[in-house]
Formats: sequence, C-alpha cells, structure tokens
Amino acid sequence: MRAIMRRGLSTAMAAVLVGGLAVACGGDDDKGGSDGGPVELTVDVFGEPGYDALYKQYEQSHPNVKIKQRKVSTLDEYKPRIQQWMATGSGAGDVVMLEEGILPLYMQQKAKFLDLFDYGGKDLEKNFLPWKWQAGVTPDGKQLIGLGTDVGPLAMCYRTDLFKKAGLPTDRAEVGKLWPTWDAFLSTGQKFQDKVPGTKWLDGPTAVFRATVLQNAGSGPGHSFFDKSENLVFDSNPAVKQAFDTSLKFETSKLTSDMSIFTPPWQTALKRDTFATLPCPSWMLGGIEEFSGPSGKGKWDVATTPGGSGYWGGSWLAVPKQTKHAKAAAELAEFLTSPEGQVGAFKAANVFPSSPQAAQDPAVAGAKSAYFNDAPIGQIFGQLVAAVKPVHLGPKNEDVRAAVENVLISVGQGRQKPDEAWTKSVDEAKKAAR
Amino acid sequence: MTTDLRPSRNGPPPASPAPARPGPPPTWRSRLARLDVKGAPYAFISPFYLVFLVFGAFPLVYTLWVSLHDWELASGTRKFVGLDNYDYLLSDADFWHATVNTLGIFALSTVPQLVLALLIANTLNRRMRLPTLFRIGMVAPLVTSTAAVAIVFTQMFDKDWGMINWAIGLVGIDPINWSSSRGWSWAAIAMMVDWRWTGYNALIYLAAMQAIPKDLYEAAAIDGASRLRQFWQITVPMLRPTIIFTVIISTIGGLQLFTEPVLFSVGTPNKMDGGPMHQFQTITMYMYDNAFGHDRYGYGATVAWALFVMIIVFSLINFLAVRRTGGTK
Repeated sequence: MRAIMRRGLSTAMAAVLVGGLAVACGGDDDKGGSDGGPVELTVDVFGEPGYDALYKQYEQSHPNVKIKQRKVSTLDEYKPRIQQWMATGSGAGDVVMLEEGILPLYMQQKAKFLDLFDYGGKDLEKNFLPWKWQAGVTPDGKQLIGLGTDVGPLAMCYRTDLFKKAGLPTDRAEVGKLWPTWDAFLSTGQKFQDKVPGTKWLDGPTAVFRATVLQNAGSGPGHSFFDKSENLVFDSNPAVKQAFDTSLKFETSKLTSDMSIFTPPWQTALKRDTFATLPCPSWMLGGIEEFSGPSGKGKWDVATTPGGSGYWGGSWLAVPKQTKHAKAAAELAEFLTSPEGQVGAFKAANVFPSSPQAAQDPAVAGAKSAYFNDAPIGQIFGQLVAAVKPVHLGPKNEDVRAAVENVLISVGQGRQKPDEAWTKSVDEAKKAAR
Repeated sequence: MTTDLRPSRNGPPPASPAPARPGPPPTWRSRLARLDVKGAPYAFISPFYLVFLVFGAFPLVYTLWVSLHDWELASGTRKFVGLDNYDYLLSDADFWHATVNTLGIFALSTVPQLVLALLIANTLNRRMRLPTLFRIGMVAPLVTSTAAVAIVFTQMFDKDWGMINWAIGLVGIDPINWSSSRGWSWAAIAMMVDWRWTGYNALIYLAAMQAIPKDLYEAAAIDGASRLRQFWQITVPMLRPTIIFTVIISTIGGLQLFTEPVLFSVGTPNKMDGGPMHQFQTITMYMYDNAFGHDRYGYGATVAWALFVMIIVFSLINFLAVRRTGGTK
C-alpha cells in the first residue's frame, strides 16, 4: 500500500481520541446479493487502495448494490479501530482490509470471519501468487479468510546524480549488476562513501533487515521469527541470525543515516543529499515523488534488489461474520481482488497486484514511471515479486521486527556495542513476543 | 424557588392554617414538601457524581479487572491470570526504565519551572506599564497547541539542521545529538514542558502575591530591607501554601507526561518507544504501547494501575510535607 507506514504527527493523539466506535451501517436484514433487494456495503480501508473507479463499475453491473468506503490515512489509525470492531462484534464494515502485519493476528480469530471457501473461493487460487494465497488461508487449510489485494515488491531506488559523482555507473541494468548480493551492496556502499563523504549510502536499517529476513527464510526454513506452531525461534533460526549479521554490518560500517521512512527527518533528508540509495517497495515510488517534489524528478532511478527478491507490505480483504450481507460482501471482495480489480487498483494508485495474471496485463507489465527516468517499473517489480518464496509470519511478527530494528538503530547511533547487539536483540524479541 | 425554614417573626407562618394539634397524620403533600427540602441539595450536586461514577470510578475498577487478565483484543484472548501481570511488572526492566525517565524529566522540568515562575511573578508584581499585557503574555504558551509547540521544538533540536546546534556551533561547541542521548533528550523535553507551564504557575504565584498585605513591605522598607531581602523574607514565606499547591499539581501532571515525549520521537517508527533505546519513554507511553501497540490490554491496565498508585503515593508524600511545614494553616 502506498503510504502504509506514513505516520501523521497527530496519529498518537488521534488514536487516543478515536475512542468512540463507529456506528454500524444501517442495512435491512435482507440476505441481499443476487436476489435483487437493495444492499449497502461498507468497505474499510487505510491508505489509498485505488478502488473508487472499481466501486462505480461494480455498482453499474449490480444495480441493487451501493458501496460506501470508510478510509483512514494510516495503518496506525486503522489498527485500534478494527481491533475494537472485531472485539465487540459490531461496527466493522462488510469488507475489511487486513495488512500483512495484522493478518496473522486475526487468523487467531478465524471464527469471526466468513469462510470464503463457502462463497466460491475454492476456484480463485489460480488468480494469486501461491504465497499470497496461502497467507490468507488458516494454517490448517480449512478456512479462507482473506483474498490478496496488493504486494510491495522490493526494488532499490538510487540517486543517479550522486552515483555519477562517486564514479559509479548510472544505467539501471549496470547498477543492478553492482550488487548481486548484500555483501556486494555493502562494499559498493563503502566505495561510494569514500568518494562522497557527506552522503550516507542508505536511509536506515529497516529495509535491509526486512529483505534479508524474508530472503533467507524463504530459501531456508520457510519461517522467520516464529515457527509454524507459533513458537519464537528468533535465536535458534540461522536465517534470522544471518539476516541480523548482514544488517548489523551496515550499521557498524556507518553506511546508514539511521532514519525511519516517512518520518519528518527522513522527509527532510530526501530533499537533501543525505542518502544515495533507498530500498523501494512499489508504494514507495509515490512517497519519493511526494516528498522529493519536482526537484527530485529525473534524479532517481530504480534497480533490482540485492539477493534478487523481497516484498514489504501488502494487504488482504476479509469479510467479518458480523456483516448482514454475507453473500454480497463476499462477492464484492472477490471482485476487488480479481485480476481485473487488481489492474484497476494499480492504474489508480500504483499498488502492485498480487495476481500473476494482473501483473502480466499490459497496463501493469508495460508501466513506466516518468519521475524515475521512465524506469519500466511494471517489469522490474514483476520480476522481483515472482522470485519471492513464502515465509510464515507469526501474530507478533511485527512487534519482534520493530524491537530488533531499534537495536540496529542504536548500534548505528553508537549507543549499543555491536558485539552485544545480538544478545540484546534476543532479549528484546522475547519481550516483544510475550 | 426559595424556602424559608425559619419561623416568621410577623405572626404565624402562612403555610399552616390549622392550629397545631399533636399528631395530625402527615399528608401526601407535606411529605413531598419535606422530601423536596431534604432531597433537593442531593439532586443538585448529583450530576457531578453521576458523571464521575460513569467516567471515573467505573473505568478505574474495570481497569483493575482487566489487569488481572491476559486480555487481548485482536486475538480475542481473555484469560484470568490473577496477579501475574503485577508480578511481571515488578521485575520488568522496561517499566522501571520508563519510571526513571519519567521522574528524571519531571525533576529536570519542575524545579527550574517553579523557580522561574516565582521570579517572573515577582517581576510582574511591581508597578509597570501595561501590566495586563504582560500578564496575558504569560498564558500565551499555555493556549498554543501542544502539538505545534512540539513540532517547532523538535525541529529546533534536530541533530543536523536544528537551530540550537547551529547556535552552539557558532560558539564552537560540537553538535549535540538531542534525541539519541538519554540526558539531552530529557533536557529537551523538559524545556518543552517548561515553555508551556511556567507562565501558568507564574500567574498562580502572582495571584497569591497580590494577597500579601502591602504594609508588610512598607514596614520592611522603612527598616531598610532591600528588595531582594523583602522577596526572601516576606514573599516566599507568605507564598508557602501556594508553592506546595503548585508542587502537587506539577507532580500529578509530570507523572502523566505523554504528549511532549511522543511528539519528540518524530524520527522513530514507533512513536511510543521514546527512541530506539527507550531513552525518553515515559510511563504513560509504555502503558499506551503495551495496550494499543502490542495488544496487551491486560498488561497495559496493570501499568495504568501502577501509575495510579504511584501518583497517590507521591501526592501523600506531598500532603505530609505540607502538614509538617504547616503550609495548610
């Protein structure tokens, strides 16, 4: 999702103030859908899913359905609301969006969601990337809770002007060849910083850690911080240790600015020459464009990621059991996540489809970005996401990841001894997972 | 309506035409009248108590109930665990770390704030031009939005582009990393708090100073006491109860410090962490992070109760200090 992680300054306070539950939408008790009675469906989303045109299209082909979207700008604001709706059993929309960080949490409450297998979901598997589909199914494989919307394939954005200054190639294919592995990425960064001392190589450790965990876990055990039975295996999983060591090297070599995406310092840094590369999930392109402004046009370009795959972000659509129009809501969720729906969403908001058919659609595969030197983003992102291998995420996955990221950042700030960083991370992970 | 309950001095009361005989059965009407007289005061004060019951007492008790559970909203867990949460809290390094932060920022902000407020009030208490303008100016920081204050301050304290580091750079001091160092971050947050609350306390002191009899000062002046000596020997002792009051109010506010440190963590992904090393995470932030960030409502409620008890203890200490120093006389 574009701007998935954007944190408005007032988010904290707003979340405190949003104590009141939203009122459930008033619908009649008809079992609406295909039997012709009028139905109003509410869709709860955050960020910008790009559905407006799709709603209109759906309302035209289903004259008895009216669709209302409730949108909050950030996941942070969305989280407490959906928690309350699901806990109290009222107030949720007929279709709700679940981001990758919170989906495993709600898997634990599968009884509160419709089983989309009962609503024609059985035939949809071929429309999704296998791991995206799998993540929406309960671990026992019996219930289909969520249908994939978008994914955030992870590329690497870089500043062509700064690369030129450092004597590095600027052509995106050549640049991609500079870093087949993370180690190569690190040594390129050191070369760069020797030449351009005022600029850091990376914005922060977040994306490196995310990407390396997913890559190592995907090619290895298939799980990262939690195993399939939800036990914390942070300290015993070699995939995690390896990812941590890689990320730590960037911190000890002082190659990052220790910033977090979308925070005000990061936004300021983007306008200056603070860092030269920025790991780019598809939704980040819009962020760069927004915060760099016109002055950044043509300075940025997009290359592949070290390690060759990765994703960051993405959501699913689910139907809470509290809905009064189960059938109609399930049909709408299926339409929005269909290949056609995902192409429409990409056109509107650049959210990259989780459906291979949609990714191959000319509107997506042929997409270029004018701001990024006409980079063929559809093709680059398509290749990256096709190489992703599934990784099991536990319900407390995000909590653990954030705690470990803090340790990495404090190493970079010189507040944490690098040789004690792993021990500290294991402790923090245990606390976060409790 | 007013009801005069005293017997009238001009003849018999009009409301009792019948001669007073012993034991007439009380009529419906007189019963209602008596209920009106006796019950009305309670009815008049009831709104506060009803509101307090709904929004004060009930949440307090319910929070205690939640704190005895392993209570999660997202996963739907509601397991009674007795005092386990409190047991964990006592040995929870993060909680005590947050407590030290809270008390540290509290000490750093309150002491200079009250001293400064006293000096400002003393200045405003003299004859001057446009006294009202200056007094209103004192409250200006209080009515500006905390968020706006925090944004401005956070930019001033920025490591690379902040005005403060630029200013001390002119004097040749190395830039200070305000947000990543524990001590400096406390100082920066304390400054934000002081900016907001110094004027408020100064006005309270000023109000108290206006009540000190002027002839005390005149007598002291005749005896040849300097202005400074008058301040220390007359103003400060006479203000003692007011000073105690401001200390208690600042304690209650300081232990619940939340907004300023949250907004100071603009650079961190999770605003409730108070920096990557939790270097300026206060108790309320820790509570919020547990309950809403990590979906541990039970533990969040436990932290809330610990804070509640802490505030009561601190207020009691203050109260006893007041009694000892005779401030309530």
